[in-house]
Amino acid sequence: MRDAFISELTALAEEDNSIFLVVGDLGFSVIEEFAERFPDRFLNAGVAEQTMLGVAAGLAAFGYKVFVYSIGNFPTVRCLEQIRNDVCYHNRSVTVVSVGGGLSYGNLGYTHHAIEDIALMRALPNMRVFSPADPVEARALTRYAAENPGPGYLRLGKNGEAVLPREPHESVSPGRVEVLRQGTDVALLATGSITGISLDAAALLAAKGVSARVISVPFVKPLPGEVLEAVLDVQAIVTIEEHSEVAGFGSAILEAASRRRLMTPIAVVGLPEDLAGKFIGSQGYLRERGGLTPGAIAERALELIA
Amino acid sequence: MTRNTEDIASSARRSIVSMVHRANSSHVGSSLSVVDVLSVLYGSVARVSPTNLDDPDRDLVIVSKGHAAAATYAVLAEVGILPSEWLETYSADGAVLGGHVTSHGVPGVELSTGSLGHGLPFGLGAAIAAARTGSPRRSFVVMSDGECDEGTTWESALVGAHHNLDNLVVVIDRNGIQSLGSTEDTVQLEPFADKWRSFRWDVHEVDGHDHEALREALEAPATGAPRVVIATTVKGKGVSYMENTVLWHYRSPNVEQLEAALEELK
Repeated sequence: MRDAFISELTALAEEDNSIFLVVGDLGFSVIEEFAERFPDRFLNAGVAEQTMLGVAAGLAAFGYKVFVYSIGNFPTVRCLEQIRNDVCYHNRSVTVVSVGGGLSYGNLGYTHHAIEDIALMRALPNMRVFSPADPVEARALTRYAAENPGPGYLRLGKNGEAVLPREPHESVSPGRVEVLRQGTDVALLATGSITGISLDAAALLAAKGVSARVISVPFVKPLPGEVLEAVLDVQAIVTIEEHSEVAGFGSAILEAASRRRLMTPIAVVGLPEDLAGKFIGSQGYLRERGGLTPGAIAERALELIA
Repeated sequence: MTRNTEDIASSARRSIVSMVHRANSSHVGSSLSVVDVLSVLYGSVARVSPTNLDDPDRDLVIVSKGHAAAATYAVLAEVGILPSEWLETYSADGAVLGGHVTSHGVPGVELSTGSLGHGLPFGLGAAIAAARTGSPRRSFVVMSDGECDEGTTWESALVGAHHNLDNLVVVIDRNGIQSLGSTEDTVQLEPFADKWRSFRWDVHEVDGHDHEALREALEAPATGAPRVVIATTVKGKGVSYMENTVLWHYRSPNVEQLEAALEELK
């Protein structure tokens, strides 16, 4: 996803001379080409995230579409008030890009686990939250953010994610429902790089005679109405995210379902709060400890329709 | 723009105490200490006027000490950027002007502030944008001395010097008093000017109530480095019972106190 993002941003910068990239002293072997090709539209702010976001707001106030690149919680939690006041309150065109959403930096420890970021970002006024599942979505959302200016948060996985099975296209857009697998009994709504294992969960369910529809939801905020419209006919819905189960994507679905008075049972699969920071290990290991596995997802779906 | 800045400040002081009295809201001391700085900036030094507010090449006055809202609005009314009648509903329910500086719906204000330490990074971004696009725009960031406790102040001090931003000017209202006591008893700032010098800023120390001295410092030739003007001021300046007291950081004058204040500010 990281490479998809930077190559798309570089292509965009070629077309649009208002694209500006600010980095917080991170992105070794990622940002060099952009920096060399567009030195006037590149800035390394140093290890100073709060200032970095204020600078981004200042650049955006004078004509630039700014992308701020860093990893984990550094461009979000560390400078939350700058995003809230200087970017969102003033509705400025700053897209915060974080590599390492979820548990991508698993063995670097809890400081590097971005698992409360969706909750924090989606609570902010004017903020859009983009959470791609694979490089195709990452590329499309980068372009969407550039072409639709305003505050945004682009939550990337890391790198090397597989392209999910789908018709190749670049028209990822708010109203488009990304159905990755057709099914009739239950719906699995997933966001971010964890989306791939939802397909494995659907395969497990199929083996038990349950037909599962898998939908990728890259637009977490604003959440397109089409997402719920696409699951009105199933018996149960499971949401899946590599994020705390508190106030994230699943909560956004619950809020939308409540507003729509949808009576379908919904289970939220996310990381239990009491496991936060308890374990060291790879992304795969931590997903397992946190219950983010195909088996656990299938289990939740079966409970709902039992 | 052509009015004498002393007149602007003098009239603004009377507005400030009246606004704060009517609104029963605080920060009168901080407004009275910085009003001369704002009068010189809006009234003379900064290229900003009622006719160029949408010009991207205008100079920016970024009031980072957002609690000096009464002073900012009073001065903006004096220079004709705000309608004077707006001051009458300052901080009232449903008013345009609240107790912290806002750019939302208020002409002449560049950034909504109130949480300290936000103006300088924003000004830095605006200055970088000007440098990259060849704009003559200058960013004047007005800060409090207590605000220099914030980490972003020193992050930005590093970044601004690194990029040699001589289109960026910080003015610090050095009134020596923050919320609970003197700055030196709270978190020592001195040797304050030396700190900025060591960060490679072009440092000017002036009497923050002396308009000519402020003008000279603000308009001194650019040196290739960002500039900081440390303006030594008196908190509550102009109203004897408010001067140099922590109490009048927060308090609003009652009717008798207002009359006494207006008498002194004639």
